[in-house]
Amino acid sequence: MTTLERNEKLIQLALLMIALSAISILAIITLFIFKEGMPIMFKYGVNKFLFGLDWYPTEQSFGLLPMIIGSLAVTAGSLIIGIPFGLACAIFLTEFSSLRLRQIIKPIIELLAGIPSVVYGFMGVIILVPFIREHLGGSGLSVLAASIILGIMILPTIISISIDSLQAVPRSYREGSIALGATKWQTTKMVTLPSAKSGIIASIILGMGRAIGETMAVIMIAGNAVSIPHSVLDPVRTLTSNIALEMGYASGEHRQALFATGVILFIIIMILNTIANATAAKQRTK
Amino acid sequence: MYVNPRLEQRVVQSILWLFTAITVFILFYIIFFILKNGLPVLNYQFLTTNPTDMGKSGGIYSTIIGTIALTIGAILIATPLGVGTAIYLTEYTLESKITRVIRFGSECLAGIPSIIFGLFGFILFVTKLKFGWSILSGSLTLAFMILPTIIRTSEEALKSVPYNLREVSFSLGGTKWQTVTKVVLPSALPGIVTGVILSVGRSISETAAVIFTAGSALRIPTSIFSSSRTMAVHFYILAREGISMPNAYGTAAVLIIAILIINITAYRLMHKFMKKYS
Repeated sequence: MTTLERNEKLIQLALLMIALSAISILAIITLFIFKEGMPIMFKYGVNKFLFGLDWYPTEQSFGLLPMIIGSLAVTAGSLIIGIPFGLACAIFLTEFSSLRLRQIIKPIIELLAGIPSVVYGFMGVIILVPFIREHLGGSGLSVLAASIILGIMILPTIISISIDSLQAVPRSYREGSIALGATKWQTTKMVTLPSAKSGIIASIILGMGRAIGETMAVIMIAGNAVSIPHSVLDPVRTLTSNIALEMGYASGEHRQALFATGVILFIIIMILNTIANATAAKQRTK
Repeated sequence: MYVNPRLEQRVVQSILWLFTAITVFILFYIIFFILKNGLPVLNYQFLTTNPTDMGKSGGIYSTIIGTIALTIGAILIATPLGVGTAIYLTEYTLESKITRVIRFGSECLAGIPSIIFGLFGFILFVTKLKFGWSILSGSLTLAFMILPTIIRTSEEALKSVPYNLREVSFSLGGTKWQTVTKVVLPSALPGIVTGVILSVGRSISETAAVIFTAGSALRIPTSIFSSSRTMAVHFYILAREGISMPNAYGTAAVLIIAILIINITAYRLMHKFMKKYS
């Protein structure tokens, strides 16, 4: 083997090592979060964490149910806002707008993704929360406020992935339908959307993941009260806020309980990601 | 019930148009609102003096330095890993079990919420490795967070380099590595740089992962072991604790302007790059 060949082999090996960095990092993160969070869950019982109603972490009471429900509530709310707006934009931009308009609007919408989440939270505090307080009642810091802001925040995810999957539908499908005398909307409704279904579903699931994982914006507008909300105007605390609010001063078992919160969040996100990747892969193989 | 398809189409089209218009309006309104309230606060002094009195008065100089230091650190760590991964995936291997594992890792990492990165960085870098709240801990955490973006954009950039460029290099007797460094990488550079610029944007706007790893000290950092507050964290603290609304708006305006510049630059570079190869 010449030196040149040996060098090539070495380089290939080094690149393989580097390429394994992402999966290694994922493994290390998983390991550390679980190692810190699992022992306390087993010590006090997983059920108590998942279904307990009381969160008094300094008195060994670690019920996370209000936070789990809180996360699910704001996520569901964000989807109610995000799905219609996101899909409408995606459909308009791929099927109905001119190429020129699409080339202008798409980057503008992608810019929405670049705005820092604290700015969204701040806009919520300054504009949305006072509006809800004056017109709908309550303190304004609520499930509703968090849902609206999160709904806006997940738009870029839903829009850009949906656009990609709509654009991946072969032109001949649309042409076939139009040739049969269908209108553009009938074509979209009956041909294009069903063909792009799995990609669109993947975009929604990824948007969901973003909403569940969002922290700073939610802390600023959701009110953070540890109780199960009874209306959309009630304040709520999410899993993510629970970690961020108390991490600064927690120690001992309290800190471990926050890692346990992280474990639950982590598991939810991993399930969502797996489903999203599997659905997206389904579309690709099609 | 029969609805005239043409009428239905008109109605639907208007609704879709309206929803799109509202989305675009929201974006412009956010930018307009922040700039309208923030620009009057901005001046040379605001950018070049340190915050005093917890940020109630003074400027944001130390937080700008903190943001830049943390971002540079994250980019320096993540770029070699990300580009290396992309080179391996596109140039050195065919689709196999290993590439699937690598892609799976990258995709999962992309979906992990920033607060989890924050928790992880706190327990590993700040506590276990005893880096403390520092630029080092913050940069490492951010680097892990932006790695998937760099991998994905670099991979796309490398893939879009036409295959015949490589064939020419091979036919001249170039080895794989020579081909990669002298032919493929230079051609893919604009695409790779786009990914790096987008990652800079993400690092600048991040709060949750940074606040628990880099801390929130207001002093100018003196080494990689100094704790430092970024602009995004500073803005969050000012707004949430109601320390100073004018300064909060000012900081937000600087953030928004930085993000606008970054995104527009990235978009233009990408556009130019795509034009060249399609």
